[in-house]
Order: sequence, then structure tokens, then C-alpha cells
Amino acid sequence: MTTMMQEFKQSIIVSIWFVFLTFPLVVVRVNTMNNVVEWRWMNMVWIAAGSFVLSYLWRYMLARKLVQKKVEEAGGDTRGKLQILLEDESFRYKAMGVLLIVALIYPQVFDTYQTTIMISALIYVVLGLGLNINVGLAGMLDLGYVAFFGIGAYTFAIINHHFDVSFWLMLPVGGLVGCLFGIILGFPILRLRGDYLAIVTLGFGMIFKVVMENWTALSFGPSGIANIDKPGLFGLDMNLASHTNYIYYIMIAMVVFTIIVTNRLKNSRIGRAWIALREDEIACVAMGIDMARTKLSAYALGAFWAGMVGVLFASKTTFINPASFTFMESAIILSIVVLGGMGSILGVILGAFILILLPEYMRAFSEYRMLAFGAAMVLMMIFRPQGIISGLRQKYEYKGLKGQSNDG
Amino acid sequence: MADKKHKLLEVKGLTMDFGGLRAVDSVSLEIHEGEIAALIGPNGAGKTTFFNCVTGIYNPTKGDVLLHPKGLKTRRLNGLKPNKVTEMGLARTFQNIRLFQEMTVLENVMIGRHCRTKSGIFRSIIRDKSVREEERQIVETSYRLLEKVGLEDFANEFSKNLPYGAQRRLEIARAMATDPFLLLLDEPAAGMNPQETDELVHLIRKISSEDKIAILLIEHDMKLVMNISDPIYVMEYGKKIAEGTPQQIKDNPKVIEAYLGDDDDA
Repeated sequence: MTTMMQEFKQSIIVSIWFVFLTFPLVVVRVNTMNNVVEWRWMNMVWIAAGSFVLSYLWRYMLARKLVQKKVEEAGGDTRGKLQILLEDESFRYKAMGVLLIVALIYPQVFDTYQTTIMISALIYVVLGLGLNINVGLAGMLDLGYVAFFGIGAYTFAIINHHFDVSFWLMLPVGGLVGCLFGIILGFPILRLRGDYLAIVTLGFGMIFKVVMENWTALSFGPSGIANIDKPGLFGLDMNLASHTNYIYYIMIAMVVFTIIVTNRLKNSRIGRAWIALREDEIACVAMGIDMARTKLSAYALGAFWAGMVGVLFASKTTFINPASFTFMESAIILSIVVLGGMGSILGVILGAFILILLPEYMRAFSEYRMLAFGAAMVLMMIFRPQGIISGLRQKYEYKGLKGQSNDG
Repeated sequence: MADKKHKLLEVKGLTMDFGGLRAVDSVSLEIHEGEIAALIGPNGAGKTTFFNCVTGIYNPTKGDVLLHPKGLKTRRLNGLKPNKVTEMGLARTFQNIRLFQEMTVLENVMIGRHCRTKSGIFRSIIRDKSVREEERQIVETSYRLLEKVGLEDFANEFSKNLPYGAQRRLEIARAMATDPFLLLLDEPAAGMNPQETDELVHLIRKISSEDKIAILLIEHDMKLVMNISDPIYVMEYGKKIAEGTPQQIKDNPKVIEAYLGDDDDA
């Protein structure tokens, strides 16, 4: 109680201090036309109220975090209600069923514009899940992830342009080419960690963009490649709306496929090795895990998804140029993973929707987009560094094992 | 007596330089089947460096590390990567606990099974019958090891939440999951209370007798060392200064000097 009073007092002091600081700027205005001083008292009230609320909220959150830490140290349960709900398996299956149905009828209910936005959100879901293998599971920071996305897109665009190969044939090829480049990038950076790794991957992303901008013979330079084929369906003719819906359903299938695969990998021998590598590299190799192979497999698999979804991206927009594959994209994908929760599939999906859909629907505030983005990331790192949803680990049952332990 | 037993590990003239500093200076030792050997010495004597050289974390400057697995041909371990050394059957624990904190207790042990199992990426995705069977075996073996070290009730807890003594035992279980025939323990009793130390002694004896795993341990707890190990090797300033039975070590003037200092200095 007393601490709450203290917080209150502190917040009032902060509020008064802010009023004092901003007083000459926002309250007093000299009108030089009429030679009078205008006193805008309402502004002062706004500043006072705003800074008070923000300060109080900040203090409240910090205090809550402190309490949580104490509970955790005492061995208590700090999981939120959502987290507990998510660990309940039957709820998980029900929720998944509902979500899938909603996803399937979505384009029937909403118009083409909404569906298009949804497609781009789903593209980021797959990208986020792919990067989640690198960053979330294996713990290797990758700031140039968009390069693999671009490699997939360009692979399809170039081959489609010259040889007219169809989307469906190129979908796996794009993924495999992404894979190949993942391994090529993986070899030189096997020994790198932390800052050095970040810089090299950042450089890789930059190199990709520069090469695509300047190797005109291959990529047609900054003017890009146009008239890329849309995905076909047994040669059926489709109008724009039904084509959008078609791509939407392809994307849903791809998301489901990605979720199934990453979920299986997460709780497999390979997935465990990735997580162990993230947790402690030295202990990991001392336990008999081949570091080079494990790291390369994580890179290759992460790049695979980016390459595959790149093919779909090129096919959806029918036009690509290097401007679509800037560092900003890598940063957004990384933010999706970090914000959503490293290693958590559901968290990454949620992160992708928040980071892609919110800016779309809040176009009115688009000037403040980067500001809000930065602020959200900072706040997230302070109050919830594990992301919206932290990674769950599989629990194993051994009912049949107890009591017969002597024969082992 | 020890000569008749099968020689498992043979270290000959092992030397490790860090720049101008000679951390380990031509140390030789042998571990035989069924032995619980100990490596003792004052802080900074080079014991952990010696461990790191044997397990492949460092590549020794000079000398040989030879492994003689029973029924298989001799392998030279110098320059091998740590994961290869572990595959050869030589597992270790760490002085400063190195568990995978964000993984469950059971998963930590399951990691140890990695080098003894083989399902790859594609088969893990398809998850066919043999993969599921392999997974089941991994879980079962790991769970039995948890029972052995008495941690089965914590199987699904995050390992970072375990008490200190339990974390040390978990490290032992994780190392044992790699099916070693020689286990290197780096200060297993550090930070344990007397009761936990007693349990540890019991556990080490059990591993030695039931699982037929030879053990080499670094330890500062003299009571524990004198109680369970034979032979004992003593290191000081990177050199091996003595070896022998607990009684011989206790009576060795060099060892007393190393631990208590020279009379003249006092």
C-alpha cells in the first residue's frame, strides 16, 4: 500500500516536472501579428495527465516484474493465464481447429483487399517460422535473412522469364536453392558468434541486394523483372479475385505445412541439438554433437522456407526488384521472431500478425509507424524479454516405466 | 595388481602451452578398467586444462592421448574434435556447471543420446516408425539414468530450476547418456553440502561397479578423494609431482609441501 502511495507521489512529481519543462514550449505562445501572448492552458493539462499516466504505468509494470522475479526465485509459478491455457493439449487442438476454419472461410467473408493483406501477413508468418529455426532454436542471429527470400524470388523470376517454368515446379526448387545458399553462407560463419555473426549475415544481405542491382545481365538491375507467371491451376482461367483467393489458400497450406514441419523438428533429435547449441556450445560438443553439421542444417532449413516463400512472393506480385529485399525486411522478420517469442511457433505467428496487420489497419498513423515500432520493441525487451509467448518444451510421460527400473 | 587390468586411457607426456605459459608440462597417466582415479592439486595447477586437452576442447602442444577401447583398436585422441572424443566413449562434466538451462531435465539427458542415435532431418519430419521407436528408446534410457541419479521426479522441470547439487548430478547423468567407458568428472562435489557429498560418493561407486565405467575425477574435497579413489595423481604448476595410493599420497613430502607450502617460506 505504501509503495503504491510512493509510486503515486513519484508519478505526480514526474508530471509536474514535465509541465515545468514543456511550459514555455506548449503553453506560452507569442502571437506576433496581434502582439499578444496566448496562454494555452489546456495543453498543460494534457501534458500533466499524459506524463502522469505514462509514468504510473511504467512504475506499475516495473513493480509487477519485480514481484514476478521474487515469485520465480521462490520456485513459484510465473506463467500467465494464456501460457497455462496453451500448455493444455486438448485446448490447443480445439483452438487450432477453430483457427483453421476461420482461416478457410476468411476470403469468402472479406473482400479481395483484405485477402491480399492477409496473404502478405501469411508470407511473413512463414518467413518468421523459417528464421525461428535459425534464431529461436539454434540461437544464431541472422540479419540478412531477407537475402534467402530474395534468392527464392529471383530464382523463380529468372527461370520463369527465360524458360517459362511453372510455379509449382519452381516452388521446391526455390526452396532448395535457398537451402544451397544457406549452406554456402553457413560454412564461413561456423566459428562466429554474437556480434561477428550479426555483422557477417548483415553483409550477406547487403551483398545480395547490391549484386541484384548491378548484375543487369542476370537480374535486369533495379528495374526488376515483370510479368512473372501467377500460380496456375490445371490451366484454369481465373479473374483477379479468385486468383487472390487461390494464392491465399496456397499460402494457408504452406503455413500449415511449415507449422507441422517446424513443430516436428522442434521436438526431434535434431531440434534438441539446435536448442542445446543455443544454450551452451561447449557443453553441446562435449556431449557428442557435431557442431558444424548441426549449424549448417539449421541454416539450410531456415533458408529453405525463405526460398520457397520467395517463389510465392514473386508469383503473387508478378513483379520483383531489389528494393523489395532491403535490410528493413530482415529487421522486420527478426522483430517478428523476437517479439513473438524465440523458439515458440505460436508466438512467431502472433508476432507476424501484429507487426504486419497493425500497420496496415492503422494507415492513418503511418508516419508514426517506425516510432511506435521502436518503442514497442524497447518496452518488450524491458518487460517481456522472452516474447509474447515463450517457447514450450515437450513433456514426456513414463507411466509404464516406473517400478521396472532394474532390468536396465 | 593394476598392471593386469586392461588399460583404457594412456596419456604420455602431455604438454599444453598458452603463448609463453606452460599450463600442463609433460604429464603422463594411465587409467585402467574399473578404476576410480583422482587428479588433485592446488588451484591453478592445470588440472582442468589437462581435462580439456584429453577431451578435445584444446589441442595439446605436445604428447599423446591414447584410448584403448576393449576389443577395438587403439585410437589417438589428439586433435580430434570434442564430439568425436565423446563418440569414442569418453564423456565429461564441467567444473562450472554447463547445463542446457532452457531445456527440461530429461531433455538434457536426451542430448547425451544424440551421438548414439541417428535419425536425420528428413526422417524426423516424416517421423516414421523407426524414428518413433528410436525416440521412445531415447526417452526410456534417459529416464533410467535420471532414476539412477535420483532426479526422475524433476524430469519435466527446466534444468535451471534445479538446486545446485541436483544440477551436478544431472551433468553426470547427461555424460552417462553418451555410453562412455571412461567418465571424467571435473570437481563433482564443488559447492555440495556433506550430505550431498555422501550421496555423490555413493553414486560414483555405483557407476563404477554397476555400469563398469572407469572414472577420473578432479576434486578438492580430500575426504572424498581419499575415500573413493585409487590411484591418485597430484599436479602442481602444470607438472605431475606424485602418484600412488591414498596412503602413499598422504605420506608424500612433496604433496604436503605443495598443499601446505615449504617450511622455509613460512
